[in-house]
Amino acid sequence: MLYTKLRTEERLILEAMRRRGVQPDLISDEAVLLHLDRPWEAYDAVLSRSLGHWRGLHALWVLETWGVPTLNNSGVAGVCGNKLLTTLALLRAGLPVPRTAVTFSPATAKQALAELGYPAVAKPVVGSWGRLLARLSTPEEADAVLEHKAALASPLNHVYYLQQYVNKPGRDIRSFVVGNETICAIYRYSSHWITNTARGGAAAPCPVAPEIDRLSRAAARAVGGGAVAVDLLEDGDGRLLVNEVNHTMEFRNATAVTGIDIAGRLVDLLLDLAQPSARGGGVAC
Amino acid sequence: MEVRSVVRCPGCDGVIPPEKWQLGDILSCPECGVELEVINLEPCELALAPQEEEDWGQ
Repeated sequence: MLYTKLRTEERLILEAMRRRGVQPDLISDEAVLLHLDRPWEAYDAVLSRSLGHWRGLHALWVLETWGVPTLNNSGVAGVCGNKLLTTLALLRAGLPVPRTAVTFSPATAKQALAELGYPAVAKPVVGSWGRLLARLSTPEEADAVLEHKAALASPLNHVYYLQQYVNKPGRDIRSFVVGNETICAIYRYSSHWITNTARGGAAAPCPVAPEIDRLSRAAARAVGGGAVAVDLLEDGDGRLLVNEVNHTMEFRNATAVTGIDIAGRLVDLLLDLAQPSARGGGVAC
Repeated sequence: MEVRSVVRCPGCDGVIPPEKWQLGDILSCPECGVELEVINLEPCELALAPQEEEDWGQ
């Protein structure tokens, strides 16, 4: 398992691995050294729990070039880690998403916002946990936020990913898809418009209704499969929209409120992916 | 594994009461609040935990 921090999720995954007789190697992405002419041959599969989008993606590219099966693979990580790529994948699959525009300058961003209508949301194309999200209620607020974004150094901050603000009912829905199954879902309630549990949102079980199941599995397929967490929004008409798909999903709260062993299901998928070593013995991860 | 030695925060040098840590555990210094990681057990060593970066997330 490639990791950045051993959080609750990673501990649950390790326990699930050990219950299944797997003795995993823990590979810190802070310390890993990848000599490109020395491919790793010891592992039947690698589970990536790297928190950094770019660090994880580069590591996956190397591992996959070496023929090591990975979960989630670089294709999934690359799409899920970039909100524009995610939205494009969802649109190609014919899935409902919030109205979205992309521009590359503050001036055209202002035009896009006027056409999307206020309130609107500005999001970073790469980033998570509610960071750098801004709800823009007026053109004056937009001016200030766009000016700040233009002053940020990273070129990624100069990709203006703008969406209609979806007036959701004080909650959103996160579903967990492992393989081709929606194994569970939660509501995330918050008085704040950003409902991430990392920002204090409270979780409660959500029944996996047929439409939630259909959209979740379709969204997972659209980004390349694997084990992902799908974020759904209910608009003012009760229609479900797919907002984001997460490839390094956090699930401690969902496990606690649903009782579903998400870590165990994730590990089962990993073991299905792994090819037993030709040298015999158990699976090495 | 039980940790017996006195452990100090690498940030503020405050004393941290040892607990039954595992390698890789994340904890907060009770003195300064900085997030720390257990990077070795025998002897017990703590380091500043990896800090959140711009591209971190799910």
